[in-house]
Amino acid sequence: MALQTQTTPDGYLLILAIMLPVAGILLSLIFGRWVERIALVLLALSFGAAAAVFAAVWQSGRPVIYVVGGWAPPLGIVLRADGLSAAMMMTAAIIICATGAFAKGEFAEPSRQAEARGPLVFWILLLAIWSALNAIAVGNDLFNLYVALELLTFAAVPLVCLKGSAATVRAALRYLLFALLGSILYLLGAVLIYGAYGTLDITLLSGRVGAEAVAAIAAALMTVGLLAKTALFPLHLWLPPAHAGAPAPGSAVLSALVVKGSFFLIVRLWFDAMPGLLTMAAAQLLATLGAAAILFGSVLALRQQRLKLLIAYSTIAQIGYLFFLFPLGVGLAGSDASGAAWTGGWLQLFSHAFAKAAMFMAAGLIAEALGHDRIAEFSGVGRAVPIPIVTFALAGLSLMGVPPSGGFVAKGLLLIAAVRAEQWWWAATILVGGLLAGGYILLVLGKALGSADRPLVLKGSPSRRRELIALTVALAAVVLGLVPLRSSQLLEIGRLSAVGVALR
Amino acid sequence: MTSTGIFALTATSLVGLGLFSVMTNPQPLRKIIAFNVIGNGVFLLFGVVAHRGAAAGLGADPVPQALVITGIVVAFSATALAVALLLRLAKQTPLPTLGTDDGSDGDLA
Amino acid sequence: MALAFDTGLALLVLVLAAWTIWVQDTFSAVLAFVVLGLLVALIWVRLQSVDVALTEAAIGSGVTGALLLTAAAFLRPTERAVAPLGAAWCTAAGSLSAIITVGLGAIALLLPDPAPTLAPLAVASLPQSGLGNPVTGVLFVYRALDTLLEKVVLVLALVGVWSLAADHVWGGIPALRPATRPDSTLTFLAQLLPPVGLMLGIYMCWTGADHPGGAFQGGALLTAMWLLVMLAGVRAAPATGLLSLRLLLIVGPTIFLVIGLAGFALAGAFLAYPAGYAKALIIVAEAALTLSIGVTLGLLAVGPAERARNS
Repeated sequence: MALQTQTTPDGYLLILAIMLPVAGILLSLIFGRWVERIALVLLALSFGAAAAVFAAVWQSGRPVIYVVGGWAPPLGIVLRADGLSAAMMMTAAIIICATGAFAKGEFAEPSRQAEARGPLVFWILLLAIWSALNAIAVGNDLFNLYVALELLTFAAVPLVCLKGSAATVRAALRYLLFALLGSILYLLGAVLIYGAYGTLDITLLSGRVGAEAVAAIAAALMTVGLLAKTALFPLHLWLPPAHAGAPAPGSAVLSALVVKGSFFLIVRLWFDAMPGLLTMAAAQLLATLGAAAILFGSVLALRQQRLKLLIAYSTIAQIGYLFFLFPLGVGLAGSDASGAAWTGGWLQLFSHAFAKAAMFMAAGLIAEALGHDRIAEFSGVGRAVPIPIVTFALAGLSLMGVPPSGGFVAKGLLLIAAVRAEQWWWAATILVGGLLAGGYILLVLGKALGSADRPLVLKGSPSRRRELIALTVALAAVVLGLVPLRSSQLLEIGRLSAVGVALR
Repeated sequence: MTSTGIFALTATSLVGLGLFSVMTNPQPLRKIIAFNVIGNGVFLLFGVVAHRGAAAGLGADPVPQALVITGIVVAFSATALAVALLLRLAKQTPLPTLGTDDGSDGDLA
Repeated sequence: MALAFDTGLALLVLVLAAWTIWVQDTFSAVLAFVVLGLLVALIWVRLQSVDVALTEAAIGSGVTGALLLTAAAFLRPTERAVAPLGAAWCTAAGSLSAIITVGLGAIALLLPDPAPTLAPLAVASLPQSGLGNPVTGVLFVYRALDTLLEKVVLVLALVGVWSLAADHVWGGIPALRPATRPDSTLTFLAQLLPPVGLMLGIYMCWTGADHPGGAFQGGALLTAMWLLVMLAGVRAAPATGLLSLRLLLIVGPTIFLVIGLAGFALAGAFLAYPAGYAKALIIVAEAALTLSIGVTLGLLAVGPAERARNS
């Protein structure tokens, strides 16, 4: 298969996707008073860039490539948007723009006379997260991806402690230390790879890396580092307080997108940079941790008293499903069921992103209305603030895997793949996970829809606009399942190991 | 055993020592210092790789050197952010540790 | 002879690292860490990487040391109260660390020979840009995107640090307790050294195109001088909302970004340079970056605002 390292005519879009948010950040530091306006304009422009990349990849059927500065690898850096990158960029674009619309006005000062901490920090961090996610989606060089990962971490951590309480600062510090451990391990793997193969370009590596000990150890180190950032069991301890402590739009972006960035890189590493290195044993290990995450996370979610913590533990559980991609994608190499595993895994990522973003937005609205988020005192909430509860329910449908939601199709595809690969234990885990998710979703809904013994005192009333934005995002999660499966061809565009990863 | 080999072992020992400190010292500031020690080790490994790649009249391969320079700056920013968080925590609580709380603090929401 | 020296250096580094890890008092640990950094810089010189040695000494050891020292001083009262972890956990951690050290060491020693290298490619393409220092070539020509993104990372870290200020003092002045009385040696040094340091910083930035040096090293030197001035009380820390400060902060990444975007029109690609102008453009970018890096590193070291601006 010819390895292209030629800039395609639409390649400049990749640069725009990364640099437009950066321009917003630099402008905001000078014109801090108008940060919200600057951010919203740049959010719109960046959405255009992401959509253009998506259209370009889909219509041309080949990846969009940009050789930065005209220097081809191994000396230079290449940006490469394949089908997966395009889907990732589009999902990030929609969710971040929805979050921006949701957060509009939330951090604004009433007088808007001077620059203020809340709005300036929030909008800069949001722009930075988007730039980093785009850089991760299109990066084709392991060190460039390291810098993008660091950008993502530094943008996500202050979001956790934006509200300033001691508990959130502690959560942010713990998050940062876990993330730093992850980065160091990733870098350690990268240096071994450069030392052995003389390049960090993913396309070149896919041709050079063989089944050597160096490669295996480097890949293992990088994977452990990335797992710490993805909060896979047992490296998940930092996530619940961090995601629960951030302000609602922050939690939405953190759970929906930030943890997925490092997962995206794990897949890039194993399936694109070093195909043929993945043993069934390693794949089964990853999936076992995933299964443990599903069970552990779901059970802990059932025990939570506070809504935001419940949703955060649900994130830990749902991330576990993503790791079934490895044994099912590898074990079925060559057969058409491997396509099912690939599509199922990625659809799970995208539909969870929409569902979780909507859930955190809804939780934020409920907390705003009640002044707290203690589930035990939710009686009558359904009548008081109906739209957020409907949002929560719809998002929950996707998490449970109820048709026609994206979650249903995703888990269904994974089930089919598991059955075809005769790995029944994963199929069982998927089913149990769905039941447990049903448990904690219905727990909340049951309380909320019950009638209150005494009338509910509302501390505030959330704006209709924000309720509807959250609802739309939840609907997206549900509607995702109706997207025709033919369009999963998109996810195959530009795959370096298109014929499926052969079992070593 | 060449110089390069000795420095390679030095680098990996720094990584091991730092990892040990991260895992066993409960004080956050010592963990941050330990991360910097690990970082020194990883960067030295880059340096070993660079020195092994001496060619074309240069004493060391310039690409890993550039990567390390970038890495040192990023590592410093991480340290600065971590220290700022820690100092802020120290101002708000009497005992700034990472704690084993699972987020049941009342003031998380 | 060289081998003996290197072995001695390596052993010294390991002893200092062990001291950093094991000593009870955090202040001493930080001092050991600073010395460790300087010795590591020496190792970099032995590895023929002078640019990295300069950066490690200035940033990795110098500015990081200053930051950690102020933190250690502040946290001193809380140190004793933290309970150490159990023996079982320490043994497990020790075993894991030992395994990792030995494993990594084995892998590092068994890397392929002859080692793959990009040095010939880097040197061969260097005349195109007119540069003499191949490391600068990698940083600003071949892998310029990394450098640009890394500048953004620096700015983000600063925004993160600033976000820890209380709402009502946003844009205010960081708390920096000057360490000395007005007439001491530190004050004398703080009045004598900065002009020298400033010139050295500018020289280092300028010379980076052809010799070891560059924006990062020059910038770090500027930071060191600025911190010296602030710590000695000769000048107060600036208000974080000051427009001139913000402009200095973003001038580096902005000019670099503009040059990069201009590359689309003038040289056909982002971060490409038009023939013949490469060196000039790179020096302009490096100058702007030196300023920004100097300011950013310094602000990262002094921390978030603590008092409101009086205006």
